[in-house]
Amino acid sequence: MLKVKNLHARIGDKEVLKGLNLEIKPGEVHAIMGPNGSGKSTLSKVLAGHPDYEVTSGSVDFEVDFQDRDLLTMAPDERARQGVFLAFQYPIEVPGVSNITFLRAAFNSVCRAQGVKEMGEEDFRKFVEQKAALVDLNPSFLERAVNEGFSGGEKKRNEILQMAVLSPRLAILDETDSGLDIDSLKVVAQGVNKLRNKNNAILLITHYQRLLDYIVPDHVHVLAGGRILQSGDKTLAQKLEQHGYDWLVKAGV
Amino acid sequence: MTDLKTEYKHGFVTSVETETIRKGLDEEVIRLISAKKNEPEWLLEYRLKAYRHWLTLEEPHWAKADYAPIDYNALYYYSAPKSVEEKPKSLDDLDPELLATFERLGIPLSEQKRISGVAIDAVFDSVSLGTTHKDVLEKAGVIFCSISEAVKTHPELVRKYLGTVVPHTDNFFAALNAAVFSDGSFCYIPRGVTCPLDLSTYFRINAKETGQFERTLLIADQGSFVNYLEGCTAPQRDENQLHAAVVELVALDDAEIRYSTVQNWYTGDREGRGGIYNFVTKRGKCVGRNSKISWTQVEAGSSITWKYPSCILQGENSVGAFYSVALTHDRMQADTGTKMIHIGKNTRSTIVSKGISTGKSVNSYRGLVKIMPTASGARNFSQCDSMLVGDRAGANTFPYIEVKNDSAVVEHEASTSRISEDQLFYLQSRGLSQEETISLLVNGFCKDVFKQLPLEFSVEAVKLIEMKLENSIG
Repeated sequence: MLKVKNLHARIGDKEVLKGLNLEIKPGEVHAIMGPNGSGKSTLSKVLAGHPDYEVTSGSVDFEVDFQDRDLLTMAPDERARQGVFLAFQYPIEVPGVSNITFLRAAFNSVCRAQGVKEMGEEDFRKFVEQKAALVDLNPSFLERAVNEGFSGGEKKRNEILQMAVLSPRLAILDETDSGLDIDSLKVVAQGVNKLRNKNNAILLITHYQRLLDYIVPDHVHVLAGGRILQSGDKTLAQKLEQHGYDWLVKAGV
Repeated sequence: MTDLKTEYKHGFVTSVETETIRKGLDEEVIRLISAKKNEPEWLLEYRLKAYRHWLTLEEPHWAKADYAPIDYNALYYYSAPKSVEEKPKSLDDLDPELLATFERLGIPLSEQKRISGVAIDAVFDSVSLGTTHKDVLEKAGVIFCSISEAVKTHPELVRKYLGTVVPHTDNFFAALNAAVFSDGSFCYIPRGVTCPLDLSTYFRINAKETGQFERTLLIADQGSFVNYLEGCTAPQRDENQLHAAVVELVALDDAEIRYSTVQNWYTGDREGRGGIYNFVTKRGKCVGRNSKISWTQVEAGSSITWKYPSCILQGENSVGAFYSVALTHDRMQADTGTKMIHIGKNTRSTIVSKGISTGKSVNSYRGLVKIMPTASGARNFSQCDSMLVGDRAGANTFPYIEVKNDSAVVEHEASTSRISEDQLFYLQSRGLSQEETISLLVNGFCKDVFKQLPLEFSVEAVKLIEMKLENSIG
C-alpha cells in the first residue's frame, strides 16, 4: 500500500530524513519508535504533505485503485481524499467552526472524490454520533468549535473521531499517546482497534512501548538520525523499553 | 501567503451620453443642480444653507486613513445619462445600454426578468432610473421612489423628515451632501403595514471624476416593518472617486427597520491607485416606543471606507443593532463601526463587528456607546473580533464608552486571531480543498453577521467575501 524508498527531507536548512525506507501492506500495523529529534514527526508530516517540509530525494508510492501513485506530487487535501490520514500530535484549534460542520464538510469532500453519495445533515448526525461513541466522546463536543478549549485528551479523541468518520486506508498516528492518562489511552486504543481491518493500515509513531500494549503492532521500526536502524516484531519494542535507545543508536553509529 | 488579486468583475464602464454640470462647486452649480431637478424653493434654500455652512468647515482627518487631499473643485457634482432627461415612462423604455449594465451587475430591471420578492430602485450616477414592482407597493400604500420624485409627489413628508436625523451641520461630508445631493431612495411605510416586498436600492457610479452624493430617507410609521437592502459597485478607474452619502432612517412607535448593505465599490489596484472614497453618514432614529433599527453591513470594497451606521435610541424600550463584516485587502483602509446613543429608558443595543484584514490593508473598528442620564436600565453588548491574514495587515479596535446613568449595563468583548498556515494545513489534511477551507473559516468567523442578512443577500455576501479571500491564501 505504501512504499517509501530512500526518502530524504529537510525543513529549512536542516536535513531530517536521510534515506528512509519503509513498506506497509494492507491490514498491517507498524510502529515507529525513536528518540527525540530522530525524524518521527517529520516522517508523518512529509507523508501528509506539510508545506514546510521539502523532499530532496527518494520516493513515496501510495496504492490507489490497485495502482501505485506518487504521493509526493499530491496536495495535502488530495492525499486525504485518497485515504491518507494524519492524527496530529498537536491538533489545531479552529475557532468559530463547529466540529460537526467541519466533519461533515470533510466527509462529503472525501465522498465526492471517491464517487460515493454524500450524506445529508440528519443522516450524518446519526452516523457521527455512533462514531463518537467509539471514542467515548460526548455528542455535545460536536457542537463546539473544532478543538477550541478541548483538554489534551479530548483533542486526541477528537482526532480518532475524525479518523473514524473518514475511514482512511492509511492512518498515521503521530504520538497520539502523548499527554494521555492511562484511562484515555485505553479509550483511544480501543477506538483505533475497532477501526482496524484487513484493507487498511496504521502507522503508529510513538516514544513509548505503553501504547503498543493496547494497539499491538505487526512490525516495529527504530528510527534514529533520519533512518530506520532496525526493524522487528513487537518484541523489539519490549527490548527498547528495557534498554532504552542508546545501545541501538550507538550500534548504528 | 500572498496578497489578494483584485479581480473586480464589476469594473466595466458603460458608454452612454451624459448630461453633466461643469466641474467645481459654487452656489451657481448648486442652483443648476436644483434647477435640473425642478426643485421647490425651500429645497434650494436648504442646499444653499448647507453649502454656506460647509464652507466654514475643515475636512476632518481623525479616522485611521491616509489619502491625498481632495480637490473639491476638480469634481463633477452632477452627471446623468441623457436618455433619462425626459424620464422614461417605464423601466422597459430605458436605454438598452443602461438595462444591459444592470443586467450585467445581476440586477435585471425589465418587466419579465426582474427579481420577484424585491423591489429595486436603480441609481446610476446622479439619477434614479426607476423602481420595479411599483404596483404591488402602491396597493399596500408603501411609497418607494427616488428622493427627487418624492420631493415632487410627497413634499410634506420629505420636508418633515429631511435632515432630522443627520442635520446639515452634522459633519463636513454631511454638509457637502446636503448641498449637492443628487439622488437616492425615499421610502415611507404607512402605519401598521408590513412591507410586502423587500426594498432595495442599487447604486452604480459610472462617470469619471464624478462624486456620488446619494441621499436616502426611510420612514417607518407606527407598527410598520421593512427590510431594506443596498448594493453598490463602480467601474475600475485610476483616479479616486468620492462617494459621500447620507442615509436617514426614522422609526416611529413599534416600527422596525432592517437595513442591510453589501458594499463592493472598486477598491483600487494592488498598489492602491484608484478606488472609491466611501465617506458616508448613516444614522437611524428610533423616535417611537418599542421601535427597532438594525444595520447589517458587509463592507468588501472601496479604497477607503469611513462610516459608522448609528442608532439614536430615543423612544422607550427601543432597540438598536449593528452587525458588520469588513474585509480589507491590498492597500485598502477601513475605519468603520457604529454609535449607539441611548436616550430613552430601557433601550437596548447590540454590536457585532467582524474585521478581516489581508495584504497590507488596515481595518479599524471604531465605536461609541453613549448612555445618557435619562436612559435608565439601558443595556449594550458589543463584540469586536478581528482576523488577520498574513503578517503585514493591521487591525485596530477603538471602543469608546460613555455612561451617565448608573443603572446601565455595558459589556464589551474583543478578540484578534490570525489564519495560520497550521490551520490551513490541518483542514486540508482532512480532504478539504483550499476553497472549502476558506469558506469554512470565513463562515465560521462571520456567521453571527451573515445570519442577520436576508437569505439571497446572505448568499451573495458569503460568495463575495470568499472570492476576495480565496486569492489571498495558498
